[in-house]
Amino acid sequence: MNTNGELQNPLLTLLHDELGRLIFVDESGQQHAEVEAIRAFPITDPDNGISIVTKEGKELAWVANLQTVAEPARGLLEGTLHQRQFMPIIRRVLRISRTVEPSEWEVETDRGPTRFPLKSDEDVRRLADHRALIFDAHGVRYLIPDLQNLDPGSQRLLERYL
Amino acid sequence: MESSSVLPKIWQNLVDARLDSDEKALAWFEPDLDAHLHYQQALLVLTPRRLILFQSKSADCQSWSVGPDIHLTASERGSVGTLELLGPAGRISVWRFTIGHASAARMLADRLDAAQTGRTAHATSICPSCGALMPAAAIKCPACSPNAEAGSLASLLRLVGFARPHLKMILVSGALTIATTAAALVPPYLTIPLLDQVLIPYQAGKAADFNIVYWCLGGLLLSAILGWLLGWASSYASAWVSERISADLRQRTYSHLQRLSLEFFGGKRTGDLLSRISTDTDRLCNFLSGYLIDFVKDVLMIVMTAAILFYLDPMLALAALLPFPIIVWLVHWIRGRMFRHYTRSSVAWADMISVLADTIPGIRVVKAFAQEQREIDRFNLTNQRVIASNDRVNRMWSFLGPVITLLTTIGLLVIWAFAAYRVHQHSITVGILTAFIAYIASFYARSESLLGMFSNVQRAAASAARIFEILDRVPSVPEPTDPVAPGRLQGAIELAGVRFKYGPREVIHGIDLEIRPGEMIGLVGPSGAGKSTLINLMCRFFDVAQGAIRVDGIDIRTFPIEAYRKNIGIVLQEPFLFYGTVAENISYGKPGATRQEIVAAARAARAHEFILKLADGYDSLVGERGQSLSGGERQRISIARALLIDPRILILDEATSSVDTETERDIQAALDVLIKGRTTIAIAHRLSTLRRADRIVVIDNGRIVETGTHHELLRLRGKYAQLHRAQIEMVQGHAV
Repeated sequence: MNTNGELQNPLLTLLHDELGRLIFVDESGQQHAEVEAIRAFPITDPDNGISIVTKEGKELAWVANLQTVAEPARGLLEGTLHQRQFMPIIRRVLRISRTVEPSEWEVETDRGPTRFPLKSDEDVRRLADHRALIFDAHGVRYLIPDLQNLDPGSQRLLERYL
Repeated sequence: MESSSVLPKIWQNLVDARLDSDEKALAWFEPDLDAHLHYQQALLVLTPRRLILFQSKSADCQSWSVGPDIHLTASERGSVGTLELLGPAGRISVWRFTIGHASAARMLADRLDAAQTGRTAHATSICPSCGALMPAAAIKCPACSPNAEAGSLASLLRLVGFARPHLKMILVSGALTIATTAAALVPPYLTIPLLDQVLIPYQAGKAADFNIVYWCLGGLLLSAILGWLLGWASSYASAWVSERISADLRQRTYSHLQRLSLEFFGGKRTGDLLSRISTDTDRLCNFLSGYLIDFVKDVLMIVMTAAILFYLDPMLALAALLPFPIIVWLVHWIRGRMFRHYTRSSVAWADMISVLADTIPGIRVVKAFAQEQREIDRFNLTNQRVIASNDRVNRMWSFLGPVITLLTTIGLLVIWAFAAYRVHQHSITVGILTAFIAYIASFYARSESLLGMFSNVQRAAASAARIFEILDRVPSVPEPTDPVAPGRLQGAIELAGVRFKYGPREVIHGIDLEIRPGEMIGLVGPSGAGKSTLINLMCRFFDVAQGAIRVDGIDIRTFPIEAYRKNIGIVLQEPFLFYGTVAENISYGKPGATRQEIVAAARAARAHEFILKLADGYDSLVGERGQSLSGGERQRISIARALLIDPRILILDEATSSVDTETERDIQAALDVLIKGRTTIAIAHRLSTLRRADRIVVIDNGRIVETGTHHELLRLRGKYAQLHRAQIEMVQGHAV
């Protein structure tokens, strides 16, 4: 099977322009402005499989493992990935306003406490390995990495959704 | 195969008289129409030597000797078929029959053919409606035709097989039930000494031993607590068992369903199958846990109560039980009418639901044609019908309760009267009288609930029958008895004299085709020509009726089905994505695939870049309730899925026909990667998609009509050239 080895390049050359946008330099030395870094598996394996793509979505380089990337490219990459990815991790569910839709959720996340409206029960989705994903009414995604590790109070609140 | 069915009785003697002692009937069939298409009685019998025609009215018969140049051909038009006997000089004779005899006629023709060439006749066929295996001579599929026994108690008894693993718990639950019932019978008995030895003597001014009161009250309290505990335990035990039985049943039905042939799932069966697995098993669970235990309790209670009554006073017991048969008969009569009303109301309910099921999925059409009001009216109509039928039920129901109360009261009245007389005669005490009244009240209540049970039993039996109907179906693709592990195949496919029947209709009439490993074959032909059937046969979704399909020189029927199918990748016209992440969908055929493998497959299928654009990349949820993808995107995911299992044989069933031309180019590029080095069989309506095919096979009416490369076939100016011309004209027509 074709594994596209030519795209795997730990000696990644990344620059950034004055606005902080990424510039990718390919092997022939050509510069590609305004490239983006995308995690292929943002939930199941965020540190492996990162793709550098153009604005149009064409893939320029593939980073199999973030750890193999040398500095300063790695720092740049981590920085943009951090900026791009917004998926708060729910640590505790404090309150769910009412049982009829739409409901108002009050949660504690790794990025601090927040509240969000939930459009329908179906927006709480159970994934494999006790993970769950919640889509709020605006499309923001919240991740629960392990349902079993939540405190009993939160579990009780989530019971009827999962 | 020997003649699968026995000669009809009326012919038996006639045939026996005519056949020589060493002559045996190979096949028979009844041409039931004469030359003017009037009904007649006749029988045509084939023996190894001759063909004999019996006519009912005359004892004499005609016969033709069977030589090597004698042939039979059966054909049908509309509801009338003809069977022709052809000789070297032309037609010798012709028989006509109604369509119901078609398969027997074809069978006869086949047997003659088989006797001459030494081949084996078509032994089996596949039911066109449910996909079950059926004997070729059978006209009706035994699996589809409605089961005469449906709803009978026999199917409920078959549940015993599922109960066996839980025998211990069932015994526990049975013992608990008996104990509960017994505990419930104690309280009235304790009131006897309370009245006779304490209260009545005290009221009469005699000395009474009040210690008995404490004993009795203590006993009453104890029996109440005991009854509560035992009732709890017995309910839980029976619920525990029935939950497991119905879960076993569900699991078994679902696993059986997964093994049934594709044809079984065709058509509109999804809803029906869903309800069988979910609703029917649940109904059985409720019946087993609730009603069955009540039933047993009621029976026990009635028997025990009657025993106590007779023990207390046989005469009084006889008088008390006298009105019982009348009540039973009355209640039964009313219930019978109730049952009819119930049925009618459930039909009305089903009508209402079907309006919902019809319009909610089609809501776009309703809105587009501004027919909301009409649909509201339609719903209202069915809703009114529900009201009307429920009114009837309610009228009956509200009548039934008071009637039973009245009858019970009258029954009690009889007891009071008779008992008063007995007390007056000093035959019984007041204590016994009160106990009697208490027992008899519970007796009547129990018998009433027992009668209500009958409809529940019937409903549960119907549910059980519907479940066993699935379980009894034999998969039409049997596992080999002596399997050969296919391992990794080379991918050379050979079709040798492949024939296939749907019911009496033969749809593949002897196809011979050899495909080299790595070759790409395009299958072309009008719809209904048999292309998909041929592919289904190669995937072993069905088995051939005759001939063989060999892969790498081995008959595919000797491979274990699962291991064989692991070598096959299929890309369908309508790619199906399961609810799950993109990565899970790609690795569906190979659950253990690493992320690298998944990404590589997606890259090769030209899916990688659009997947990265999704909100969560490969972790995005797709499928029902998931993110919506375009047809072309779904198709590329399904190509990645096929690529990942790295199949030796690849089947493309109209893989590009449901996407636009722009996407088709992307998919075509993905397919080009996919077919490299694999034996590929592609069905396509758009001939342009077959430009890479090494050979194109044109199929019409279940036969191969042309074979060759694109250019060879064009030069041939045959069927393919005709199709090609038609498509070019269509494209030009679009351009104009």
